[in-house]
Amino acid sequence: MAVLVDKNTRLLVQGITGATGAFHTRQAIAYGTNVVAGVTPGKGGTKFDDVVPIFDTVAQAVAATGANASVIYVPPPFAADAIMEAADAGVQLIVAITEGIPVADMVKAKVYLEGKPVRLIGPNCPGIITPDQCKIGIMPGHIHKAGPVGVVSRSGTLTYEAVGQLTSLGVGQSTCIGIGGDPVKGTDFIDALELFQNDPDTKAVILIGEIGGSAEELAAEWIKANMTKPVVAFIAGLTAPPGRRMGHAGAIISGGTGTGQGKVAAFERCGVVVAPTPGDLASTLLKIWKP
Amino acid sequence: MKIHEYQAKELFRQYGVACPDGYPAFTLPEAMDAARKLPGPIYVVKAQIHAGGRGLGGGVKVCKSLAEVEERSRQILGMQLKTHQTGPDGQKVRRLYIESGVDIRRELYLGMLLDRDRGEIVVMASTEGGMSIEDVAHNTPEKIFKVWIDPRVGVQGFQCRQIAFALGLEGKAVNAFTKLLTSLYRLYIDKDCSLVEVNPLVVTGDNSVVALDGKVNFDDNGLFRQADILALRDLDEEDAREIEASKFDLNYVQLDGNVGCLVNGAGLAMATMDILKHYGSEPANFLDVGGSATAEKVTAAFKIILSDARVHAIFVNIFGGIMKCDTIATGIVTAARDVGLDRPLVVRLEGTNVDLGRQILADSGLPIISGANMKDGAQKAVEAAKKYAASLATVA
Repeated sequence: MAVLVDKNTRLLVQGITGATGAFHTRQAIAYGTNVVAGVTPGKGGTKFDDVVPIFDTVAQAVAATGANASVIYVPPPFAADAIMEAADAGVQLIVAITEGIPVADMVKAKVYLEGKPVRLIGPNCPGIITPDQCKIGIMPGHIHKAGPVGVVSRSGTLTYEAVGQLTSLGVGQSTCIGIGGDPVKGTDFIDALELFQNDPDTKAVILIGEIGGSAEELAAEWIKANMTKPVVAFIAGLTAPPGRRMGHAGAIISGGTGTGQGKVAAFERCGVVVAPTPGDLASTLLKIWKP
Repeated sequence: MKIHEYQAKELFRQYGVACPDGYPAFTLPEAMDAARKLPGPIYVVKAQIHAGGRGLGGGVKVCKSLAEVEERSRQILGMQLKTHQTGPDGQKVRRLYIESGVDIRRELYLGMLLDRDRGEIVVMASTEGGMSIEDVAHNTPEKIFKVWIDPRVGVQGFQCRQIAFALGLEGKAVNAFTKLLTSLYRLYIDKDCSLVEVNPLVVTGDNSVVALDGKVNFDDNGLFRQADILALRDLDEEDAREIEASKFDLNYVQLDGNVGCLVNGAGLAMATMDILKHYGSEPANFLDVGGSATAEKVTAAFKIILSDARVHAIFVNIFGGIMKCDTIATGIVTAARDVGLDRPLVVRLEGTNVDLGRQILADSGLPIISGANMKDGAQKAVEAAKKYAASLATVA
């Protein structure tokens, strides 16, 4: 058990023949992910690496292979379209890795997804992994280890940092979800926390937020009201100046809202322990919880 | 991306939004030509820089004669205009906007931006025109009116009227406001904006509704399909190091501290700044080299960091995931040799092929200080920066 993805996940890759898509598809297959199809318009009927069948449309791929999850490596101008195509084809889990999708496109895609039985993760995220079962995205598989800690994060490399620290202390992960650094996204902290709270195999959670928006403040309130499992939080960007975009499109303090200090205060107010430095993510968790 | 007020008003006019007549000017003669094209007798000379708060800083002057326009233009053009948004050095004024004076009866606020929690555009309006919306939100939140726009249908007439009446508009001003807000929303969508702000929006003596100021920001992710907007970019308003970094697809933000940072990933880059502060230094920059840092990118990043004389030490913090540590290490060694490393360098490497990477750094013969983990690396960088600063003081 884990959340969202496991050994029964049947993955299709949108943009499988592009450089990024091809590279990470090989990595995913090597990790043991069940990659059942690829989609590249115009290349239907061929095979990726002589193994994975390629289709022109997601609908064809789903009909032929029973794919139930899709990962998107499509370039930014076409990525929102790819998300909607996957939702239209009935894919239940869409993981959008693409960075740089126009906000206006994501606003439309989110509206399109409303009311459909589909979950979007990302965009602009490293993906999702259930160690030893299924890796969808660009994270390095080998740093992970199966175990009881759920990780949810807006940042890619900071997730690896948390995972690396946990693994080096001998503590594994149930599922790690990168929700992405964009201002308009699918799955947010509360969605992920709810999944972890309801997952019997997840015993504790590390949450990694950053400046911009108010998702962390909302998550803090949700944890206080609903979460019985221990959570350690970390917020990146306490030293970031206001009004400047710090790499991620969503990492910006605007109009005095979205400051790191405000988010840390929200967690502390709700009784959530905050790691003092990014070097203490795992050790802080182990101070309040024993595996 | 940001643009100047005069450029924003040009866009406003294209969308049928009423603005006072005015012309941009890059020189004093141009400023006088601009003024002579206007009817007078009241003119406004406005400094064009991207930062807000220009009026308080002395960059906006009302003039009652052409002679006064000349005097004010001479004062403002070329001045270092300091506002709460420019930093202590101010920003040099290279462009002016010469505009007709307006008979102001009321000053209002109108703004449009993304509400991240709802994934919809929110329109905000207030009767407190000319004040920062943040201050109004903080002190008198009841004076802000909001409507959210359903992206499927766009802004509707009833929403415009709700705001118009909330603002106390009457008579023909209600319809004029509805047309204005509808047009601004169309601009927001057509041009991939991230902010459209009119502060103040004024009601004139004859009950017209006019955009007295204009601020438009754009979603950087949308610029690939907005060639006409990209052409409005003013590199003079941007930091030289940030321009250089953008050529190499590096995410760089100049800061005021003395420890330069080179990191892969935006979150880790921010966290690296924070941990330096935690151990007693200030970061000199934010720098995310991205997930696929090549040796060329690492070299460019090193050059940019070292070009900042305030940098007293460099902290390279890499969690190599897919990116192999030996590749990164080779990049660092090449860059350090090419650029000529004259300040302490602390490197923390983690991830794939980390032992190979550390070996390459050790074999290079370069005086690289190795950090065992993020905390250790940060502490060593802080210490190295302090030592280097002390050595400078001794020399001086």
